[in-house]
Amino acid sequence: MTHATPAPRVFLDAAGHAPVHPQARAALLAAVEQGWADPRRLHAEGRRARMLLDGARESIAAHLGTRPAELRFAGTHVTALHTAVRGVTRGRRRVGRDVVASTVERAALLHAARFATADGDAPGTTALIPVDRTGRVAPDRFIARLREGGVALAALQHANGEVGSLQPVAEVHAAARENDIPLLVDAGSSVGHVPVDDAWDLLAADAGDWGAPVGLGLLAVRPRVRWAPDWPEDDDPWFPGGVSVPVVLAAAVALDLARSDLAAEDAHRRALVARIRAEVPTRVPDVQIVGADDERLPHVVTFSCLYVDGEALVTELDRAGFAVGSGSACTSSALEPSHVLAAMGVLTHGNVRITVPRGTDAADVERFLDVLPTAVATVRSALGVEGL
Amino acid sequence: MTSPDRAASSDGGSTPGSPAGERPIDEEPSTTVDARGARCPMPVIMIARAAASLPGGSLVTVLATDPAARHDVPAWARMRGHTVVDDGLAPARPDEVRITVRLSTDD
Repeated sequence: MTHATPAPRVFLDAAGHAPVHPQARAALLAAVEQGWADPRRLHAEGRRARMLLDGARESIAAHLGTRPAELRFAGTHVTALHTAVRGVTRGRRRVGRDVVASTVERAALLHAARFATADGDAPGTTALIPVDRTGRVAPDRFIARLREGGVALAALQHANGEVGSLQPVAEVHAAARENDIPLLVDAGSSVGHVPVDDAWDLLAADAGDWGAPVGLGLLAVRPRVRWAPDWPEDDDPWFPGGVSVPVVLAAAVALDLARSDLAAEDAHRRALVARIRAEVPTRVPDVQIVGADDERLPHVVTFSCLYVDGEALVTELDRAGFAVGSGSACTSSALEPSHVLAAMGVLTHGNVRITVPRGTDAADVERFLDVLPTAVATVRSALGVEGL
Repeated sequence: MTSPDRAASSDGGSTPGSPAGERPIDEEPSTTVDARGARCPMPVIMIARAAASLPGGSLVTVLATDPAARHDVPAWARMRGHTVVDDGLAPARPDEVRITVRLSTDD
């Protein structure tokens, strides 16, 4: 039909699955050569794998502001969150049974909290603290609930990966410490993008989010945190079975790279996100830009288009060469829309979630802005909503 | 989140600018849009279509089973300057939402 060269694909859906950095890929392949053996073995091959694993652990721990011995590797970020919630609620069940969390935590964390608090002869409750229209939790309400007592674990994300809003973690952590309650901070959308300080007792992170090959979740646990497994014992008591050494090595390399140009990538991507946030409402009628204006991640931008089927819009943009995410559940197998958008009280349909990978070309963002109005109009006209 | 017993009450919210003044909304005529079974974003589109044909100040009630409608009808109302006067679960059917909106008089 057309003889023009097709435009290259533009990937704007890097949440948890960022494009793998070429150097991380090279490190993975090298580590498969060098570090394939079981690091628990005493022979030369095993010791070599152990050396690589220990080096990678030290490097990642330094970036996360934790001691290597406090850093545990899980198969996925979801497993890290599940295990943190289960281990701490079980370990502290004589102190408290409840879990306090924001309404906009990752689904894996909320599921784990409900699972853990429903367990046993004396079940607890999962207390969900609401957020404002920007997705930020009310610290006063969070802290008031901590002071009511009976709390096994508090959980607050560093930033929301769906809408980009930062959470008042330092304030909540100070109150949690006063009340001797461990705070689990899910930094899965933050590490590698913004500095994460030491306001946590357990810290979860996601290597796939910072440009490592997928297949690695991380959990750092301060020694003061009391925990107990409700699963079988193993050499690795937190995550039975150990971890892939090559994947850890590649994750360490990718995090080094992400940290080395954090400030430059912050400025670059913040400018692209600001451009999208400013331009979309001027080019597309009836759009709601979602999330905090300033206190936000540099690379996440979300908006909802009124009278639009979000999944049809994702498909339309895909056809035009752009990969984006969506929190909408229209026509899909997912029945419930994004619990984050719902908790914020913003439109859940017609949702577009953009997570800008590092090094994204500004010209690609301009092309996205040029294509978007037509894509939205196409979906709207299919529904016959002009003039509403 | 709403509690199931709110839907049947008439004190689901204030009605500023209401031509009916203090009259409880239960006694006021309201156009009902049955969007049960329709998937998002259809329930919002259906109430918007009904709203387009009604004068400002009218009441419109939408019934919906799609989970997104509970969030999206109030969000739509806010974007359009309408006021949600009752949002809740239908008392007999917990999987149904029943939201009543008073249309803006600002057009």
